[in-house]
Amino acid sequence: MNDAAAVSLSPETVLREMKNNGVADVVWLPDSETNWLYLLMQADPDLRLVGVSREGHACSIAAGLAAGGRKPLILIQNTGMLESGDSIRGWLLGLNVGVVLMVGYRGWTRHGITTDTAATYTERFLMAFGLNYYLVESDADAERITAAFAEAGRTQRPVVVLVGDEYHGFNR
Amino acid sequence: MMRIAEALQAFQPHRGDAIVVPGRGGRFWTGLTGNERLDVPLGDPAMGGHAGFALGLALAQPQRKVVLFDSEGDILMSLGMLTTIAEQAPANFYHFLLDNEVYATTGGQPVPNAKNIAYDIIARGAGYPRAFAFDELDAFTRELPGIVDKPGPVFVALKVYPEIENEPIGRRRRWQTRTRDKVLTDLRDELGMGGQSAPRP
Repeated sequence: MNDAAAVSLSPETVLREMKNNGVADVVWLPDSETNWLYLLMQADPDLRLVGVSREGHACSIAAGLAAGGRKPLILIQNTGMLESGDSIRGWLLGLNVGVVLMVGYRGWTRHGITTDTAATYTERFLMAFGLNYYLVESDADAERITAAFAEAGRTQRPVVVLVGDEYHGFNR
Repeated sequence: MMRIAEALQAFQPHRGDAIVVPGRGGRFWTGLTGNERLDVPLGDPAMGGHAGFALGLALAQPQRKVVLFDSEGDILMSLGMLTTIAEQAPANFYHFLLDNEVYATTGGQPVPNAKNIAYDIIARGAGYPRAFAFDELDAFTRELPGIVDKPGPVFVALKVYPEIENEPIGRRRRWQTRTRDKVLTDLRDELGMGGQSAPRP
């Protein structure tokens, strides 16, 4: 692995993790991290993309897909997750949907002071809802994505992967 | 206008082996259904989400019709969902709207601009290839076979009388006969999933 791969999360890695974990439906709304991933997903004939116009919609759609025997992934940004509280409560936690939410962590930084309130409230929100989460910053963290799928399947609860790589490799 | 139970009664002979998501019509559908194990009466997990849930089911089970009885309060909360449904265009999706013009479960307060909204036009504008609206039971009953015999997605707005609940939630008669877990387990068993994932599209 070269240095660049060690410090960035490539969309190819994310796609590979999705497919290795049996995802065939991605319910999503674009965010500032996911355009290159979108292009890859769009080109993949084995993936169905279900675009939504508000992130809470992704929760009920994913619940229906899961009820019908599919294994969806929800791909949204932390701002949209904050907006989706009641849908996460009712459609995912309420129906015991073991789904992974891959959430772009807008504002995340390991350095200095976080000034983006989207980041300020992200982990507090997850803790308030009792949602377990994994932080993924680079390709070296890819196994955490598989760990999230395993946990979601085992617990039949939603599990979150926070993508802390804005402005880096994930968006090229 | 028609009563909700009358609209559901008119639909019942055309149900076949469709999955039915009765939404806020659940308390009326429970006494009419001929195949409870293909019904998905979830009550109200979170307002505005019935259409999304039914869309997910329709995408997961493309060989089987999925029939949703939505409400105008739910639709107004998630108008953008109509564009997602239209884009996915599941041919097995039949979207009925029970429009009573009020929030019936909170005492009957009107929804915004209740008497001036054309939901069928909104659905058509969102991209549904077919959309209808009926104020009277006779016309609905007459046209229904032609609607459900053709591919979806289709949207059917029905004007229904408000049947308002004013009892505090804790004192209301419970109409559900199964828990949500049991509803979903029965559905999966009936679909022969046996815990297995559905095939890829």
